[in-house]
Amino acid sequence: MAVLLLAEVNNGELALDATAKAVTASKALGDVTVLAAGASAAAAGEAAAKIDGVAKVLVAEDASLGHRLAESTAALIVSLAGDYEHIVAPATTDAKNVMPRVAALLDVMVISEATDVVDANTFVRPIYAGNAMQTVKSNDAKKVITFRTSTFDAAGEGGSASVETVGAAANPGLSEWVEDKVAESDRPELTSAGVVVSGGRGVGSEEDFALIEKLADKLGAAVGASRAAVDSGYAPNDWQVGQTGKVVAPELYIAVGISGAIQHLAGMKDSKIIVAINKDEEAPIFQVADFGLVADLFAAVPELTDKL
Amino acid sequence: MKVLVPVKRVIDYNVKVRVKADGSGVDLANVKMSMNPFDEIAVEEAIRLKEAGKAEEVVAVSIGVKQAQETLRTALAMGADRAILVVAADDVHTDVEPLAVAKILAKIVEEEAPGLVLCGKQAIDNDMNATGQMLSALLGWSQATFASDVDIDGDTAVVTREVDGGLQTIKVSTPTIITVDLRLNEPRYASLPNIMKAKKKPLDEKTAADYGVDVSPRLEIVKTEEPAERAAGIVVGSVDELVAKLKEAGAV
Ligand SMILES: Cc1cc2nc3c(=O)[nH]c(=O)nc-3n(C[C@H](O)[C@H](O)[C@H](O)COP(=O)(O)OP(=O)(O)OC[C@H]3O[C@@H](n4cnc5c(N)ncnc54)[C@H](O)[C@@H]3O)c2cc1C
Ligand SMILES: Nc1ncnc2c1ncn2[C@@H]1O[C@H](COP(=O)(O)O)[C@@H](O)[C@H]1O
Repeated sequence: MAVLLLAEVNNGELALDATAKAVTASKALGDVTVLAAGASAAAAGEAAAKIDGVAKVLVAEDASLGHRLAESTAALIVSLAGDYEHIVAPATTDAKNVMPRVAALLDVMVISEATDVVDANTFVRPIYAGNAMQTVKSNDAKKVITFRTSTFDAAGEGGSASVETVGAAANPGLSEWVEDKVAESDRPELTSAGVVVSGGRGVGSEEDFALIEKLADKLGAAVGASRAAVDSGYAPNDWQVGQTGKVVAPELYIAVGISGAIQHLAGMKDSKIIVAINKDEEAPIFQVADFGLVADLFAAVPELTDKL
Repeated sequence: MKVLVPVKRVIDYNVKVRVKADGSGVDLANVKMSMNPFDEIAVEEAIRLKEAGKAEEVVAVSIGVKQAQETLRTALAMGADRAILVVAADDVHTDVEPLAVAKILAKIVEEEAPGLVLCGKQAIDNDMNATGQMLSALLGWSQATFASDVDIDGDTAVVTREVDGGLQTIKVSTPTIITVDLRLNEPRYASLPNIMKAKKKPLDEKTAADYGVDVSPRLEIVKTEEPAERAAGIVVGSVDELVAKLKEAGAV
């Protein structure tokens, strides 16, 4: 039995953490072949070959595969699908764009955001914003799966898989990339950071979000936000943590001025230690917090930043 | 151009979910149900396209139990012109899978020939995030998922997408499928007169069999459980105490 794993490749570079986590999730399913696709993908393929547990790497380079447009990437995966029983990827926005398309082209269901592998056909996934965990058994010949990265440890390095080149499928030419707006940051990436400091509507303004960022920088943490903070323009969209944002499970999660709606909890309640700072002692965030501090954030956060 | 908007009837997002004791699923009997929040945004976007003269007709479609007519009436009250209900389940606990939904939608697209299908990015019950992409695959159309900005101009659409790294803008040719994200717009509330008017708007009722689509699930539900509970935490009295606790726990 064999697994084809779509690597997360951004502008030619391998997103090692997400890809290595998906490798861990796939190991029990069979030999793992990693597919690195992009306008340039050779370097990403070389990097993927070093992940422990990878048996083989396929590199597909073609202009049509740049920017991970769904139509061309899905066509490529389908052209390779014959050899594999499982076609998997880390549950990134790129993969969530591509994998359901692959599944429909193969006439199978997709299994989104799986958090556990029971056996080759059976997987656990959260539903209802993580308020229920469902075990599903697939009756399809091929299984198309995205794995929630926050629940798997990254596979180590030290592998030396062989690397082969494959051709792109015919480009359906249905969509075209225009531009990316990517915020450059020296902070750790949200989904792989060991510590995350998040701010909510309580922070009150974009300027005051600097308080959150200062605390994060003191801790070497990534910065997150609630939907309300993003909607209000205090923080960019890629900081949103939750049911429909990013799912994180760091060693330490500090929620500041966040009430703790279920949609937010869905993205962070598997964190090891949760700290909540909120002036409302009734806020639901305190129900999941290991350490709760009922305080005005404008006093507590600078003090905490100082004392750490 | 005609715009098709698939809307799903789901548990209201404010309702506290209860897993049934027998592990068969989530209890949906006597629970408040609403339109999937993302689908309200899709309906709103379609109506705005009509108001801007870029669309002639907005057709809402729902697939599921008969009660989904209520969801369609909401779409009509917001401003959709007509609705199609496809009855594909009798028990409110049966969730029709995205693949089957996409197959039914593909048949409806063949009949209706819309220039645009506006889906939600994700249903907040099954959290699949799949139907729009699957429909696009079945039709061989372009797709633009997780849209936070949509600009339709003739036979192309420029769509800004919310992605992990920030924002991506792509250009797709129509007909196309767009799945909408939370920040695309703020859906309107239906006014009372519009709710009354909606009762007279056409709502066609069909079945999955009418479209020749087999809706039997590909994923068998083995069990549904409560997630692991977190151990109760403590409230600290001061920042100093918080720092001490974090040090004790080895977290800083
Ligand atoms: C379909 C759907 C999807 C969603 N997806 C997400 C998602 O992915 N992520 C997400 O986060 N939300 C999501 N939401 C939104 C969610 O329901 C909540 O509205 C949101 O999380 C609230 O954000 P908040 O806690 O920052 O704001 P609020 O609920 O307004 O809470 C602000 C908190 O700040 C506290 N506060 C105010 N001032 C101070 C002060 N000076 N000091 C200390 N505390 C203070 C208040 O006591 C309050 O508890 C979604 C909603 C829907 C319908
Ligand atoms: N049963 C359904 N009836 C109508 N539309 C649906 C149905 N299921 C899914 N959709 C549409 O597909 C989107 C994504 O749903 P899902 O793939 O289930 O997360 C929803 O926001 C709806 O627009």
